[in-house]
Amino acid sequence: MNEWFAKLQAEFILNFVEDNRWKYLVTGLVNTLKITLAAVLLGIVIGTLVAIIRSTWDQNADRMRPGAGKTLLHIGDIICKIYLTVIRGTPVVVQLMIMFYIIFATSRNGVGVAMLAFGVNSGAYVAELIRGGIMAIDKGQLEAGRSLGFDYVQTMRFIIVPQALKNVLPALANEFIVLLKETSVAGYVAVTDLTKGGDIIRGRTFSAFMPLIVVALIYLVMVVFFTWLVGKLERRLRSSDH
Amino acid sequence: MTTDVLIQVTDLQKHFKGGKQNQDEKIRALDGVSAEIHKGEVVVVIGPSGSGKSTFLRCLNLLELPTGGQILFDGVDITDKNCNINLHRQKMGMVFQHFNLFPHMTILKNMTIAPMQLLHKSKEEAEKTALELLGRVGLADRANAYPSQLSGGQKQRVAIVRALAMQPEVMLFDEPTSALDPEMVGEVLEVMQELAKSGMTMVVVTHEMGFAREVADRVLFMADGKLLEEGTPDEIFTHPKSERLQDFLAKVL
Repeated sequence: MNEWFAKLQAEFILNFVEDNRWKYLVTGLVNTLKITLAAVLLGIVIGTLVAIIRSTWDQNADRMRPGAGKTLLHIGDIICKIYLTVIRGTPVVVQLMIMFYIIFATSRNGVGVAMLAFGVNSGAYVAELIRGGIMAIDKGQLEAGRSLGFDYVQTMRFIIVPQALKNVLPALANEFIVLLKETSVAGYVAVTDLTKGGDIIRGRTFSAFMPLIVVALIYLVMVVFFTWLVGKLERRLRSSDH
Repeated sequence: MTTDVLIQVTDLQKHFKGGKQNQDEKIRALDGVSAEIHKGEVVVVIGPSGSGKSTFLRCLNLLELPTGGQILFDGVDITDKNCNINLHRQKMGMVFQHFNLFPHMTILKNMTIAPMQLLHKSKEEAEKTALELLGRVGLADRANAYPSQLSGGQKQRVAIVRALAMQPEVMLFDEPTSALDPEMVGEVLEVMQELAKSGMTMVVVTHEMGFAREVADRVLFMADGKLLEEGTPDEIFTHPKSERLQDFLAKVL
């Protein structure tokens, strides 16, 4: 028993203390959180825009008078559908590599490219979430807004979208948790995220157990913590349900 | 009552396409309705359900797009494609059966957002007007409550003053008491009666025959998408001419 414990301690010192290797994990963790946070925000912005275009087209196409507005909206809807199909139909690692090696081939800012790639990816999933939230808002809300004299865009901005976002807020927070784990493939494009940080240590020490288990534990602790936070948020939203 | 025409409706048509099974079938919700609403007048629209009375009301501010006919509001053809309906809707307040208050805003915010955004009133000015209006319907103390904290009758009174906060020229009521518990109908009708007394032009679709008889200047009776009879409450309720109206009154009175 004692022997086993001593071995573990030696492993720990080798992997994290020697040469200050723990710094790889800290750098990785910071990058993981940076990428996740930026991606989730970008995803919400893209997702909201796509959701508005898609639901506007779905709900109004047959009632709109023909004209430039209708054509423009139709084109927008088609572009959104292509975006959703492509993003949801290809693996995120491939999208990430296309971003890094093709679209931004001249950029060496891996973290920035990863933020963008995961944001664009997340946007597609968030879009359908928010679209569901918009469609779930009672039709009377739109009518009340329009009857006061708000145009369609103003009604969306002041009345529909705030309610839709509030309704899907727990799901959006969950998207953050999903992204936290999904960004672990960022190492593919030379970004030192948490996973890559652990892997770098493994490469230096030729000892896999300690760095990988610790990386896994850090993810687990964060996910459990954020899940608890989302649960709290959900309960608070429900109790203040106006 | 003056004779100035505020809303002139000519041969209004609204056809819906049939369901998926029978696409060719057309449902004629409105089948050539012509009517005039004068300034300061209270017009009550009655009729059996499915008669098109709600569709008629919702066409007046184009929440429902008519498929034919013309609506002149203040002399402007609002069915014209180039007409900016949003500007006209600011002058046409509407009250719905299901209140449609904005649940994510306080009562005060519900009432100030449109005047602030659309009429560019300052926050202070909009809130002052809102509080005055809330006082008129006895709800000044609920200004900071959320709609979910109010009873149905209170919600509908707020919905009425929310529309009034835009200082409209006409108020449209779409069955404002139909979703209310019976004991709350009175408080809403009372507010509407007050409003009528203050000289507001009102078009009211309702099943409240007592209100129609007491408050209306003119009653329109609709059935099958047509305007079958119109007249003073006395003419409609005491001396109904058409058989459909006699039938209808026999059932509801």
